[in-house]
Formats: sequence, C-alpha cells, structure tokens
Amino acid sequence: MTAAPHTAMHANAIEARGLVKEFDGFRAVDGVDISIPAGSIYGILGPNGAGKTSMLRTLLGIIDPDDGTRHLLGSDKPISKSHLVGYLPEERGLYQSMRAVDTIAFMGALRGLPLKEGARKGRELLEDAGLGKAADKQIRQLSKGMAQTVQLMGTIVHDPQLIVLDEPFSGLDALNQAKLEKMIRAQAEKGVTVLFSTHVIAHAERLCERIAIIAHGRISFDGLVSDARDRLRPQVHLETENRDGPWRSALPRETEAEGNWWHFTLPESGVEPLLTALVEGKAGVRSLSIERPGLHDAFVAIAGEAVAAEMARDNAAGEGKLP
Amino acid sequence: MKEIIRASYVIGRRDFTAIIFSKAFIFFLLGPLFPLIVGIAAGALGGQVARDSAAPVIGLAMSAEDTQAIMTARDALSQQLGKGRFPDMKVLAVSVGPEPLDPRALLQDKRSGLAAVYSGSLSAPVITGTQGSIRRWQGEMALLTGYANSNGAMTLPDIERDIVQKSSSDAKQIRVLTGQAAQTLLFMLTMLLAGMVLSNLVEEKSNKIIEILAAAIPIDAVFIGKLFAMLAMAVVGICVWFAAGFAGAMALGGGMPSMPEPAVGWPIFFILAVIYFTMAYLMLGSLFLGIGAQAATVREVQTLSMPTTMMQLVIFFFAMYTVTKIGQPIEQVASIFPFSSPFAMIARAAQVETLWHHGVAIVGQGLFALLILRISVWLFRRNVMKSGKKVKKDTSEARKLFGLFPVGR
Repeated sequence: MTAAPHTAMHANAIEARGLVKEFDGFRAVDGVDISIPAGSIYGILGPNGAGKTSMLRTLLGIIDPDDGTRHLLGSDKPISKSHLVGYLPEERGLYQSMRAVDTIAFMGALRGLPLKEGARKGRELLEDAGLGKAADKQIRQLSKGMAQTVQLMGTIVHDPQLIVLDEPFSGLDALNQAKLEKMIRAQAEKGVTVLFSTHVIAHAERLCERIAIIAHGRISFDGLVSDARDRLRPQVHLETENRDGPWRSALPRETEAEGNWWHFTLPESGVEPLLTALVEGKAGVRSLSIERPGLHDAFVAIAGEAVAAEMARDNAAGEGKLP
Repeated sequence: MKEIIRASYVIGRRDFTAIIFSKAFIFFLLGPLFPLIVGIAAGALGGQVARDSAAPVIGLAMSAEDTQAIMTARDALSQQLGKGRFPDMKVLAVSVGPEPLDPRALLQDKRSGLAAVYSGSLSAPVITGTQGSIRRWQGEMALLTGYANSNGAMTLPDIERDIVQKSSSDAKQIRVLTGQAAQTLLFMLTMLLAGMVLSNLVEEKSNKIIEILAAAIPIDAVFIGKLFAMLAMAVVGICVWFAAGFAGAMALGGGMPSMPEPAVGWPIFFILAVIYFTMAYLMLGSLFLGIGAQAATVREVQTLSMPTTMMQLVIFFFAMYTVTKIGQPIEQVASIFPFSSPFAMIARAAQVETLWHHGVAIVGQGLFALLILRISVWLFRRNVMKSGKKVKKDTSEARKLFGLFPVGR
C-alpha cells in the first residue's frame, strides 16, 4: 500500500478506551475499547441498534462521550482533525435545491477545501463515475442512487486520510454496492483508512482485513477477520461406503451422522491421523471435504445466536441485496 | 477561533445565497407591505364603520323659546369651535298630552336613539342620561346654555397666534413615539428573523444534513453561520425597504419627512438601532436555535417555541411600558434584563443623550448572546444525534403524561 496523501501518520487512525455514551439512561455505547490501524479497511459488524452509529458519532466527535478517551488521527479533539476525515452518515441528507457539483464542493469546503477546487474535483469525480451530465442538476432531479453517489463523492473530495462510512451499502442496488466496494478498495490502496459499519456480514467478509463485532453497545471481538474465523475449527464433511467399523473410533464424539454422511469439527490432531484411521479401518471414503468457517459462523460463535438471529432478521427485512 | 470563523463563513455563505435566491426572500421583502395594507384597510374600514354608526343625539325637551335659544347658540358656537364639537340635537315635545315628558322613559325606548335628554329651563337645566353620556356632554350643554342665557352677548376673544416649530413638550412626546416605533420595528424584525432561522435549522434536521455539518465543523460554527446568514439577509432586506421608501417618498414629491431628532441624534440613533437589533436577534436567534436543536419534528418546534414567543411578547410589552419611565427603577430593570435590554435601550437612546449606558448594555447583551449560544451548542451536543433502538429500562415508563407522570402500560 502507498502512503496516505496527508501529514503525519499514526499507527492507529482511531483509538478509544472505555468509551461510554448514554441516552436517557440507556447505554448506547458501553465501555468500548477499539483500535483501528491506519491504512486498514475496518468493519464494524452488528445488528441494527447495536450501538454502531452512536459509537461512530462518538469517535468522530459529533457527540461527546460520557466516559472514556478517544483519539482520532492522534488528537483527543476529533473535530480538529475533520479536514482529514470523510464521513458518510447512515441518514443521508443533501440540500435538495443545490446542484450536484455545488454539493460536492460545499462538502469539501466544510472540511477546508476551497470551493473552486472542490467544484473542479467534483466535476472530475462525477465524470469518472459516469455522472458528468448530472453535475449541474439539482439534487432533487437525481435518482436516490445518484444522490447517494454524489454524497459519497462529497465525502472523499478533499482526499481524506480516514473515511468513515455508516451503513454505506444500505439503499444501494447490487450494481452500486459493487461500485462502492470498488471505491473502498481504491481508497485503501491509496493508504486511506476506511472504517465502515454494516449489518451485512458479506460486505465485511469481502472487504475487511479487520473487524469489530458489536452488540448491545459492547465490542465482543476486535481483530483480523482470519482471527475471527480461526476461533472456530474447520468443519469436516465425510461420506463413507460403510456405516460401521473400527474407523468409527477415530471420529469425534460430537459427530453428527446423516445416512452415510458424517459431519464433525476437525480434531486438534489434524486431518492426517483421521485419514489414516479411515483408510486402515476400511471406511470406504467416498468424499471428504474440510470447510473453513465463514465470518458468519465466527460471528454466531462470537456474538451469540441471539444477536446473529437479530442480524439475519435485519438483513431479511432490509437491504442485504448481495449474498 | 480561526477555524470557527472559516467554518461559519462556509455555512453563512451557503445559507445566505440559498435564501437570497429563493422565492421566500421575495415574501420577506414584501413582508412590511402586509401590515401596511392591513393597517390601511383596517383604518379605512374603522372610519367607515364610525361614519356609518349613529352619531350621538341629545333630545331637547324644553320650552319652544329655550329650545330655539339652544339651537341658535349651537349654530353660533359651531362656527368658532368646529362642527363636530357639539352633538346632534332632536327637538322633543315638552309634554305628551296632559302628562309631562319623562326623560327616563324616553331613554329606555330603543326607538328613540337618544344618548341623553336635556330638559328643564335655561335657568335650571337638567341632563338625563347614563353616567358616561352625562360626563361626555355636560360641559358642552353648559356652554350652549351659558351662551343662550347671554342672548348673544357672550363672545369668544380672538386670540393672536404665535406659532413655533416645536415645543419641549412636543419634542418629548415625539421622542417617546420615536422610541416606541423603534422598539416595535426591532421586535417585529427580530421575531421574524428568529423564526426564519429556527425553520432553517429544523429543515436541516429533517433533511438529515445537520449530521454532515456536525461531523465536519464545530456546532458553534453551524449556529453562528446560520445566525449571521439570516442577519445579512435582513440587512439586504432593510436596505431594499429603505431604498423603496425613499424612492416612494421622492416619487410622491414630498421628500423625506422632517422629524424631531432623537436625544442622541439621528446618526447615532441609527447605529444604535442596528446594534440593538443585532443583539436582540442574536439572543433570540440563539435561543431558538437551541430549541430547534432539541426538537425532532416541526410540531415539537412549534410546541417548544410558542412559550418562548409568548414570553418575548411579554418582555416586549414590558419594555414598551417603561418608555415613559426613563430613569425609574422599572426602566432600569428593563435596560439590564438581557432580553428586554435592546428594546429598553433604543427607547432610552431616543430620549436621553448619555452614550456610555449604551456601551455597557451592548457589551452585556453580546456576552449574554454568547452564553445562550454556548448553552444551545452544549445542549445540542449532549442531547441530539441519538440513534438506534431505545431499550426501556422499565415498562412502567412506556407512557407518561406530559412525559412526566406514568399513566399505565
């Protein structure tokens, strides 16, 4: 990855310890510790209402925490670094009577980019996205997807060092979701830290190196996606010709049988002793597959069945149009 | 600080251009015409109603000679004192058949339309009527009777007129009027603009733009930018109104009317009016922004801002009440209390020459405006931008009357 196009780099783009935010006695953020390495694509996973948005708002300095510390790009006053940050809130909002190019320029100006420069870059971004003709149209004249794209461009027009996207995929069709994924990867390749929240695990699985799983305002896991997966042993799916024999003793006790199929977690000893026992015990192996757990399985294991079910409901009810 | 100024400028510039190029600005410019039109229409209507309503009539129940003498006196004195000075009169018979006329019974007869009845004789007249009618017409009838009794010998002297442009009494009265007019103008403009800034914020909250702003720049800058954008728009509006007024006066050929100078002189008075308007607007605007920041819906905004508007109206009346009480404790209270201070002080500028009072008041008002702004920002950052599901701690709290008293589950 190349270096970020900005000033001093920090090991962690965001770092928070013991972050707490209460609303009317309800803890939306409950003692969050999180470190987001600079230059990474980082996903915050959790069902709706888990506290993702409140956490992001607190980290960005939109709201102040009731307790705990936070550092954004090395500063404990996040708003002072806003010129290095791009933020796409979950609730999208634009001035309806403003032209698309002016909207991008205005959003850049908010973060210190001169208006003329913002307008020039805005036109470039719109051209690159194939929306050049929409540049001089008012937001109200654009489709919802186009308006969201304009807002996204306003988020990155000032070449931020950190991009924070709250549920960026919601409301987008599959095509635009793919475009957004591409944009996120492109930004990461430039060395920009991308932090996004989602309740669609597939996005996080495709994009993120690191994730945090949040539920009820608390972080249950914070680390590499591979680490999350490694918390679960691979699953073995075995089909044999014979249903019984001395080889059966090589299968773990919690093995699930389904006709001639056997499903179990790969033993700690690995696959070789198992294979030896199957061959020597004349099990008649028809097929054997070892499946590495997906992020969803890891999520279920880490966040719990209830949270996973909640998230599945959110997906079904909402926007998860990509598998 | 530099960042706040920069960010305020970005917000202010956006809001200012958005307002200036909107249709709403046309209505804002036309705004003063509406009360003017309504005032003229109401005045014309009121005048018509007054003309159409029956003028008071006094019934004359005296002997024929006395009646004639009163009518002659009325005609003679009307020429000198003006026609409207005396009521219309209706000659009544002294008696109805053998019975003498009963003025009380006559006044109770709805068909008579009489305000009072004047009976007896020129040497012993009696006026019968309600207390109000008697108080109103007793003096006039006495004057007519006195003139009638003198058989035309009584004359009113011809007084030589020595006219001056103004007297101290006139100047004082007009300065009070100038103060009141300035107060009213300040109040109307302030309320109008504060209302507009509130609508603007609510619109941004409902558009979800506020989060983008809050994430990018300090909320102080958002509020300051909005306040000053609206102020700049008001300045444009005032310039247009003055230009239109001046052009209108010139077109009508009258030129600018000459008015007695306020105590501090016109130039300083204008400067103070602009400063006090700015201060009143900044205080009320900041307060309204704080309210707007707390409210989630337009309905909530209306509910929350209504008591504030009412309170401001009371404060305005309070300041108006003290206009004629310069230097008295109540006027000093009005001058010190931040929300009434701009109105009380502009009235003071119209009547008192001292200037240092204004310096102190302006500094105080500025600091108070800043304090309200800071509180509004603090409340915004503390209470706004809640999101996600809210888990109720106790189901008994599910419904509360006025948000305070549990009323069951």
